[in-house]
Amino acid sequence: MKINVKHVAKLASLNIPENEEKKFENQLNEILSFIEKLNSANTENIETTSQITGLENITRKDQASSSLSQDKALSNTKSKHNGMFKVKKIL
Amino acid sequence: MNYSAYTIKELKTSLKKKHFSSENVVRDCIQEIEDSKHLNAFITVCKDEAIENAKKADKKIKDGIDQPLLGIPISIKDIYLTRGIRTTAASKVLDNYIPQYSATVVEKLEEAGAIIIGKTNCDAWAHGSSGENSDYGPTENDYLEGYVPGGSSSGSAVSVSADMAFVSMGTDTGGSIRLPASFCNVVGLKPTYGRVSRYGIIAMASSLDSIGHFTRYVDESALVLSITAGHDPKDATTPKKNVDDYESYLKKDIKGIKIGLPKEFFSNGLDTKIKEKIEKEVNSLESRGAKVEIISLPNTEYAIACYYIIQPAEVSSNLARYDGIRYANDRTHFTDEAKRRIMLGTYVLSSGYYDAYYKKAMQVRTLIKNDFDEAFKKVDVIITPVSPAMPWKIGEKVNDPLAMYLSDIYTVTANLAGIPGLSVPIGLIDGLPVGMQILGPHFSEGRLFQIGQAVEDSGL
Repeated sequence: MKINVKHVAKLASLNIPENEEKKFENQLNEILSFIEKLNSANTENIETTSQITGLENITRKDQASSSLSQDKALSNTKSKHNGMFKVKKIL
Repeated sequence: MNYSAYTIKELKTSLKKKHFSSENVVRDCIQEIEDSKHLNAFITVCKDEAIENAKKADKKIKDGIDQPLLGIPISIKDIYLTRGIRTTAASKVLDNYIPQYSATVVEKLEEAGAIIIGKTNCDAWAHGSSGENSDYGPTENDYLEGYVPGGSSSGSAVSVSADMAFVSMGTDTGGSIRLPASFCNVVGLKPTYGRVSRYGIIAMASSLDSIGHFTRYVDESALVLSITAGHDPKDATTPKKNVDDYESYLKKDIKGIKIGLPKEFFSNGLDTKIKEKIEKEVNSLESRGAKVEIISLPNTEYAIACYYIIQPAEVSSNLARYDGIRYANDRTHFTDEAKRRIMLGTYVLSSGYYDAYYKKAMQVRTLIKNDFDEAFKKVDVIITPVSPAMPWKIGEKVNDPLAMYLSDIYTVTANLAGIPGLSVPIGLIDGLPVGMQILGPHFSEGRLFQIGQAVEDSGL
């Protein structure tokens, strides 16, 4: 299996300079070929595990509680307008 | 440091008797950090705040108030949000990020009276086994110049081993507490998944992240867990399960305790000197009444491959939020290791590959968990090495990510199975420290402290 660094970087919104593509491709392919080891594990009829201590459907009451003030929420942004986050045009 | 000979208990007694003040101790720790700047253990030192808080603690002590960590200086991995104190995750993406709130654990420690003296260095986003992936430069092992302290919680381990703090909080997703604890001669605990709240700690791989700590002694590890453990409504993975009286396990006899040694962890690839040291410790436990048997965890060989699918997949999802809009810098600030993991994770989750990689890994995770479930029907705890090799020289593995990944071979299984693990020091080999790992079933931290204390008492 070969990884297409250019394509994957685009999906992940990462900027990989052209002169580094080869390096990442080699490293990632080496890791992927190591991972192929899993193919030899027999997983027939084995369930998947995602929550390891067995918790299920943890819910809470749908109640509003106090949260950050508008000023505080905006305190780390470089880009705001009229008390809101300002983002680039998407469409 | 003038106070390094004191245990936390002794420190508390002396503070109470006014032999010296918390301010004295805090200033001394800060001096130690400044004197050992070359170790690069801290990203941010909170000198003024810490001294201010020490004065407040001294007043509380004077007023007869008692809190479990009152006036004790601690350090915190720079991946825990601390209100008003810059938090970087050792990445330039978060170089200018000042959190508006604190992690639940930070609040609990502050309520227990602890003084935060600074934020420790680590591999950026906790990605690494050596501490070299930090965007703020590598941390150095204080035992031997030019050697790695282990990662990712590198600065946390060094801050405790080099007497800059009495406790340090770290995170362990695949060994990031246990490995540096082993490399730096300190006690490192990775609790059961969900025993300690993850709220307010920058997520690496959410189904694996465990919140633990470094101390110099086993009883201090028990003390800290009794403060940090428990249900948190802000983290749905923390069960409403009573927190054990961990300290009550410390004096328990180990007679009749059944210890399993998994043969897969003692085979090829393990440094023979490490193997000999562990065997010596196990023999000593046996001579004090423990029963030892060889067991098998047959799916161990798949652990690293399984981990390096699940973990990057979750990393790619968690790091997707860093768009530089609401806070922090944009994605061009990610460095190589984060880029590798994001790309690997994106690839294994992408259309057409999900079943072959992610789903397969989640099934293998079940097999690994089943191995442990079976083993714990026969034995109370499992003892293994922490690392197959001794600490290596800074720079030795930086260009070989796969070699670096393989150093987690004995630690990742505990994260995949969600079980707790304790790394306890067992001495030095050629001037560098080595630790031993004790694993137990879910929520058996008390039992781990019991065995850990016995190892510490053996004085081998």
